[in-house]
Amino acid sequence: MKAILNATQMQKTIAELSDAVASHIPPSTEVAVIGIRSRGEILAQRLTKLLSARLGRQVECGTLDITMYRDDLDDPQGSKQPQVRATDIVFDINGKLIILVDDVLYTGRSTRAAMDALIDLGRPRAVRLAVLVERSGREFPIQADFRGYQADVESGRNVRVNFVESDGVDQVVIE
Amino acid sequence: MTTQVKKPFVWQRKHLLGLRDLTRQEIEHILDTAEGFEQVSTRSIKKAPPLRGKVVVNLFFEDSTRTRNSFTLAASRLSADTIEFTETHSSVSKGETLLDTARNLEAMGIDIVVIRHKAAGAPHLVARNINACVVNAGDGYCEHPTQALLDVYTIRKVRKSLEGLKIAIVGDIAHSRVARSNIWAMTKLGAEVTLVAPPTLMPPEVSKLPVKISYSLDSVIEQLDVINMLRIQFERMGSNPFPSVREYSHFYGLTVERLQKARPDILVMHPGPINRGVEMESEVADGPNSVILRQVANGLAVRMAVLFLVNQAAAHEGRK
Repeated sequence: MKAILNATQMQKTIAELSDAVASHIPPSTEVAVIGIRSRGEILAQRLTKLLSARLGRQVECGTLDITMYRDDLDDPQGSKQPQVRATDIVFDINGKLIILVDDVLYTGRSTRAAMDALIDLGRPRAVRLAVLVERSGREFPIQADFRGYQADVESGRNVRVNFVESDGVDQVVIE
Repeated sequence: MTTQVKKPFVWQRKHLLGLRDLTRQEIEHILDTAEGFEQVSTRSIKKAPPLRGKVVVNLFFEDSTRTRNSFTLAASRLSADTIEFTETHSSVSKGETLLDTARNLEAMGIDIVVIRHKAAGAPHLVARNINACVVNAGDGYCEHPTQALLDVYTIRKVRKSLEGLKIAIVGDIAHSRVARSNIWAMTKLGAEVTLVAPPTLMPPEVSKLPVKISYSLDSVIEQLDVINMLRIQFERMGSNPFPSVREYSHFYGLTVERLQKARPDILVMHPGPINRGVEMESEVADGPNSVILRQVANGLAVRMAVLFLVNQAAAHEGRK
């Protein structure tokens, strides 16, 4: 296991990520942040707080469950079984700029599933992808619009992000 | 810091034949999954893709409004294709057996069979003889698992937990598969279940069931958190189990007057269809304590969850 970002570095990276997103948003645009469950959820909440402070207005935040939209339901990869949970988006996404958030962009399959899930909920004005770590290994033609950290990682190794809220510590490691 | 590695729960049943053998964890997993599917029915686009390209057959050998339509809609909402089999319009009239019917359908390529049959054990027979998943939609007097699941789901939504709740099931218990499945689901989730019926409608095996019994509704109604009224199944009863319908209603019907003796927040339930004026007065069925229509709505989410889970188990099994 190799540590890439410790707590301080990770928090700094998240702050820089939120700055990059904020400077991209035109002043009067309706914008909302949506995190991909489950690790994207916590990052989305943190980004929403920082964004709201930067923009001087309360930005809405939601959580998207993509289990129903996964492409591996018939061909389970590994022993874990994904569980369907409720999507928690209380606002209308029609016409809004959606900042889609995940902790790691790897194959791109989760993002593909998230986009399909989103358009079943409405028609956003635009979707931008913001990730903490963008790593090598893309299997779909998808890229991040905003990334905190870029990593070249050999296949077979996993990038894991831990959050204080769920795991007791902020860190990014390769295992 | 030592971390306890909890073995992650995996749903492994590719059939749902009854609730008697399910663990509490399995039942709660179905309910938790159902929560995730609720929104598909309430949002504008009432479709999600997890069963895309799968074929679900409704193999119904008994009449049904709610259950059949509920399963059809649930399958469609998950993007599955559905086949409706009605006994009266099928080759069963030409003498085709149950197993032949199932096997012939399977030869056309099907993934899930939802079966309702007047013979207890019919779903189990089919499950042993075909490769597709089998979901029991009611077999004789034995079980009706998805009904009980939606019943406890409805209670859980309002009360957050069934632990310690006092629940009465009232009516023709002897002929009720709904009652039997409810007994398993409710007791496994920690509720205290009382069966209320005249002695002629109590099931013969009642002393072996984890329930209390009472021949008087009036003597228990004040303590109840939930009351589940069953339909008097005129079409199933042989000899007359009570002198008249009026007498039954007098002692066991949920009238406005009787309801006033109950706790103000008591939940009134009924699997449907209601014999208005027999087991329940209209004012009660349509009143503020009634969650009957919510049961129907919740039935969709629960059936979506069941179809999704049995399919997930089949995919998991196929991989091994």
